[in-house]
Amino acid sequence: MEQSAEELNKIEKKDLFTSGHRACGGCGQALAARLVADASGENTIACVATGCLEVFSSPYPDPSWRIPFLHSLFENAAAVASGVEAAYKALNKGPVNIIAQGGDGSTADIGFQCMSGMFERGHNVLYVCYDNEAYMNTGVQRSSFTPLGARTSTTPMGNKTRKKNMPLLAADHGIPYVATATVDDFRDLQRKVKTALSIEGPKYIHILAPCPLGWGHHGELSVQICRLAKDTGIFPIYEIVDGKVTNVLKIPVKVPVEEYLKLQGRFKHLFKKGQPTPEVAEIQEIANQNIARFNL
Amino acid sequence: MLKQIEGSRAVAECVAMCRPNVISAYPITPQTHIVEDLAMIVGQGKLDAEFINVESEFAAASVVLGASAAGARAYSATSSQGLLLMCEVIYCIAGMRLPIVLTCANRAISAPLSIWNDQQDSMAMRDAGWIQLHAEDNQEASDLHIQAFKIAEQTSLPVMVCMDGFILTHAYEPVDIPEPKQVDDFLPPFLPKNIVDPRSPKGIGLFADPRFYLETRYILHRAMEKSEETIKEVSADFAKTFGRNSGGFIKTYKLEDADLVIVSMGSVVGTIKELIDRMEEEGKKVGLVQICSYRPFPRHEIYNVLKDKMNIVVLEKSISLGRGGILASDVRWSFPRAEKKDRNISSFIAGLGGRNIPMDDLRYMVEKVEKEPVELEFLGLKNELISEKDL
Repeated sequence: MEQSAEELNKIEKKDLFTSGHRACGGCGQALAARLVADASGENTIACVATGCLEVFSSPYPDPSWRIPFLHSLFENAAAVASGVEAAYKALNKGPVNIIAQGGDGSTADIGFQCMSGMFERGHNVLYVCYDNEAYMNTGVQRSSFTPLGARTSTTPMGNKTRKKNMPLLAADHGIPYVATATVDDFRDLQRKVKTALSIEGPKYIHILAPCPLGWGHHGELSVQICRLAKDTGIFPIYEIVDGKVTNVLKIPVKVPVEEYLKLQGRFKHLFKKGQPTPEVAEIQEIANQNIARFNL
Repeated sequence: MLKQIEGSRAVAECVAMCRPNVISAYPITPQTHIVEDLAMIVGQGKLDAEFINVESEFAAASVVLGASAAGARAYSATSSQGLLLMCEVIYCIAGMRLPIVLTCANRAISAPLSIWNDQQDSMAMRDAGWIQLHAEDNQEASDLHIQAFKIAEQTSLPVMVCMDGFILTHAYEPVDIPEPKQVDDFLPPFLPKNIVDPRSPKGIGLFADPRFYLETRYILHRAMEKSEETIKEVSADFAKTFGRNSGGFIKTYKLEDADLVIVSMGSVVGTIKELIDRMEEEGKKVGLVQICSYRPFPRHEIYNVLKDKMNIVVLEKSISLGRGGILASDVRWSFPRAEKKDRNISSFIAGLGGRNIPMDDLRYMVEKVEKEPVELEFLGLKNELISEKDL
């Protein structure tokens, strides 16, 4: 379905994901989930993985969803969404927007296989990953999205590995649309959801969703942290349409990664008496590589 | 129409006649022929269904879960490790009251790896809230699938049809395959009760805090118990429509004046009946109780037919390691405590990992329990393969 530029760029506010849920103040995932639901519209089925989003938004008997919500397990949102899509096809129902969604653990770790299968089979499903870079629901344990240096409850000395590059892994399945987004830019995030839903086949949107509890920042800084993630090159913003990287968000003034790291308690140990440890240079190198790779 | 046909093919044809909308499965021996045949039936356009080839049994179960929650009649099949890999979803499907039908081509569980038959796999799922029906032969396996969709959809409970791997799935037997019209008349179209639908948005799979969870288990347990009526009704309806008895709760054979009764389930029942006939010629009165519905467990039926029988032996192809016979425990529990005193209920484990159960072994079992009760014995054990130091 073709949409005009005006429709694509309109910020949608439909209250399909309502207030009164139990997320922490400043939760990036709650904000992202609302933006995704409102961009998708009423004709949508949300297949949600176990995790923070599911727990804070779907306690019986008062869920926050005004669209149909289906939750089964931690690692099978993509397979469940595949089944919903197959049912709609078989029963000649629809069209309907089917959105599988989960956190970084249910996307990149335990649910990776189900998601890969859904992409490979070509289901008409949008997968949205809310990336808060650790297992927040169980108390901030390391996931394969936890960035280098970040302290979590299972990497108390700081994480020793680099973050798995999920958007590129998704794109390498040959799916028609991949995008990254952050929760500070409502228009961009919702435009990407609307764009994705206008394309037939599997789609992947990766949203950086700061977690005040796990990242160790004040809730009101979530938006600022997203902007710094972009301006440092830590989290590049782009789309991959039919395998080609496009719409890369240029960074007007490149900010050193220190500015991003310093706002977050999880990186506090990387600064001794205000002076950066060698890991900071390594993280800067990751940002530099992103800047070079995507020509940010 | 009577056909000389492989068990898997017969099941596939019957499943297809039930018109599932979504089929999803992952290959595992000895289930494969069933889903291969279904893939061909769908591929040839003889069944209008979505056939989803997935990357694991876990995904297969998740796909049929999603399909069922969206209003489709959904089917899957698996065996052994595949069923174990599905375990998390198996429980979830029951908890969500989704009327999915799944064939378990019964097979042993690793380690050591064995592709051959026993019933440990479905036994591992016995507490999940699925109705479990066990087939004696391929006619019954075929018939049970037609009944399974009706039972599942009437009770909002998932049904697992268990058939012994290889012994049934790969055996060619004459099977009476019904006409599609007969099945259409017997099995009404699926009218789902609770689905995800944007026209009437609701949440399925919400989480329940301690104020609510306990009741969900109580309701599920009571629904399982109550499904007894539906299983019996559907079996009776089936007999009326198709002219043969298949399924139900239990079946008996030469029980009336039997001095000793064997309780068992699955394909081994055929061999047991043969033994009973031979022993009858020798003047011995042995009877049989065949469990068809293992879950819900036919406790009251067993008590009713066996309350006057003092010598009972349970033969099964599964074991609770560190405890003993699983079916034997269930049978022992079927008698009130006060009545257990003088009743001997012996327990034999046999056929694990596809070990043949020859008539002579069964005869040995019967002759042994005629003399004395047996707490637990492995039938056909090769002592030369067992060293004390491994114990």
